[in-house]
Amino acid sequence: MHAAPATRTPPDAASAAQPTRRAPPVRMRRPRLSRRWAPYVFISPFFIVFAVFGLFPLLFSIYLSFHRWDPAAGLAAMRFVAFENYLYVLQDDDWFRHSIFNTLWLALVSGLPQHLVALPLAFFFHNAFGRWRNAVVGVYFLPFITSTVAISLVFSTLFSRDFGMVNVMLTSLHQVPVLGWLFPSTNIDWSQPGYTKWMIAFVVWWRYVGWNAVLYLSAMQTIPRDLYEAATIDGAKPWQQFRHITLPLLRPMIFFAVTLTIIGNLQLFEEPFILTGGTGGIGQSGKTAAMHMYGTAFVDGDFGTASAIAWLLFLLIGAATWANNRLLGKRD
Amino acid sequence: MHTPTLTPQRLMAYGIVAIGALLMLGPFYFMFVFATHTNREILSMPPPLWFGSAFPDNLKQLLASLPHFWKNVGWSVYVALMSTLLNLFFCSLAGFAFAMYDFKWREGLFGAVMATMLLPSFVGMIPTALTMSWLEWMNQPRALYVPGAVGALGIFMMRQYIESAIPRELIDAARIDGCGEFAIYWRIVLPLIGPAMGTLGLITFIGSWNNFIGPLIVIRDMEMYTVPLALRSLQGTGQIPWGAISAGSAIAVLPLLVLFMLASRRLIEGLTAGAVKA
Repeated sequence: MHAAPATRTPPDAASAAQPTRRAPPVRMRRPRLSRRWAPYVFISPFFIVFAVFGLFPLLFSIYLSFHRWDPAAGLAAMRFVAFENYLYVLQDDDWFRHSIFNTLWLALVSGLPQHLVALPLAFFFHNAFGRWRNAVVGVYFLPFITSTVAISLVFSTLFSRDFGMVNVMLTSLHQVPVLGWLFPSTNIDWSQPGYTKWMIAFVVWWRYVGWNAVLYLSAMQTIPRDLYEAATIDGAKPWQQFRHITLPLLRPMIFFAVTLTIIGNLQLFEEPFILTGGTGGIGQSGKTAAMHMYGTAFVDGDFGTASAIAWLLFLLIGAATWANNRLLGKRD
Repeated sequence: MHTPTLTPQRLMAYGIVAIGALLMLGPFYFMFVFATHTNREILSMPPPLWFGSAFPDNLKQLLASLPHFWKNVGWSVYVALMSTLLNLFFCSLAGFAFAMYDFKWREGLFGAVMATMLLPSFVGMIPTALTMSWLEWMNQPRALYVPGAVGALGIFMMRQYIESAIPRELIDAARIDGCGEFAIYWRIVLPLIGPAMGTLGLITFIGSWNNFIGPLIVIRDMEMYTVPLALRSLQGTGQIPWGAISAGSAIAVLPLLVLFMLASRRLIEGLTAGAVKA
């Protein structure tokens, strides 16, 4: 039954097949990528790399956070514990609470001055310096592109108690008349809990203030010149121009730059890690949440709890970004 | 052209910006100064303010505490070059596809690429370490350059640039002349996107050179350390060799300073344009 039509149809099959075979006018000598599939092939490396080294780790991290596991004992030793890791971190892990406090403190104390300084700085960059502008902007931008590790090591020399440049400068400023009382008369031990955070906050501020100024500068350059010219004709002083023209028009960029600062500062790791020698400092006063996560995973070997910390920190960043969105985001 | 008059306020603002500039450059200056002084000179009152002559001694001490230091520098260079090459190739190829082809789900896929930028990197830190140990990539340079071989920011930059720099007619003409799809990329697009490749290359190279968390997680063997890891290992071993640390830091930062001086404008524009438009 089946064989019969097969033997009878060769001529039909050939004629049916011919048009499809004739469709591509020239037969390629070697297999060529068709126009239709080329774009998919060209973008596939991204998706392959992302699936293996981006998506899979994220999903696995969610899975891990619900398990108790000693990695040395192999995958079979994984035990499902539901929300136990999360509850442990939230209720009993004092260092977690401590590190969250440190993280928020550092985010605020280093983050707020970044923007308060960067905004007027960018305004001044924009309105002065002429052909020197690029050089001056470059100087402020330089900290952003340098190795965090190298520069944090240099800062730990500068902040050393007995011989550090920072203390030398502060105590010599104490000699200045009138304003001298603002500065300490004796050397500060920056490794003491009360001071460690200030040191870290300064280094973070130093690294990112120029970056923010450049972001603001690039937004200011899109504001039409005639707005300022009209204001000048109306007799507005530079400060009034800054207050009533620049600031309102910069609002989207302020929102964007603050968002970047929030996301970056809440994940702070490298600067405090190096400045406290990887320990978090005396009394863990410089230990951030990301450092706590790292320590829980790679020092204590508790991958489940560490994953729970990671996702709690992620939630915190999400909440802070949301709050910022309500505060500074589009209001119309 | 009008030259603004130098009012007292303006003069004060210049002064403040100048002091700020010193504050920005100061740490770099002291890094180089300390790199040329012995530990005893650095730990004296007042600290040295001008260059000394102890750089060779510091270097010797650095190599004594980090016997593989030059190898570490080599690995840093190798990893940075590999990730730069891979990024340039894959990002421009993907950017070309997104810019020059109309295909199904193009915008959806592009949105997916962009959305990956929102994912926080630290959340993947732990499982990435596990993945690397399962792949037996621990202590392997490829654990550092393969995961970052193609990134969303690079694809975005390349799409933007290719869309603005290359007319579609050029692509169609090449196709009519019998040019294959990959050959269009290789022979026509690639030679025309030099500026964007330069910017992306610089950004990738610097990012890889400075990367600390990546190697911290996957490189355990001192011989395989990259420079930031090697420098960090000098910390916390009794008397800290400040002179040697400064010398090592100077070696780590110097290439960046040179690159920055050569291409600061392109770098600043590339970094901010990527951040602003994305």
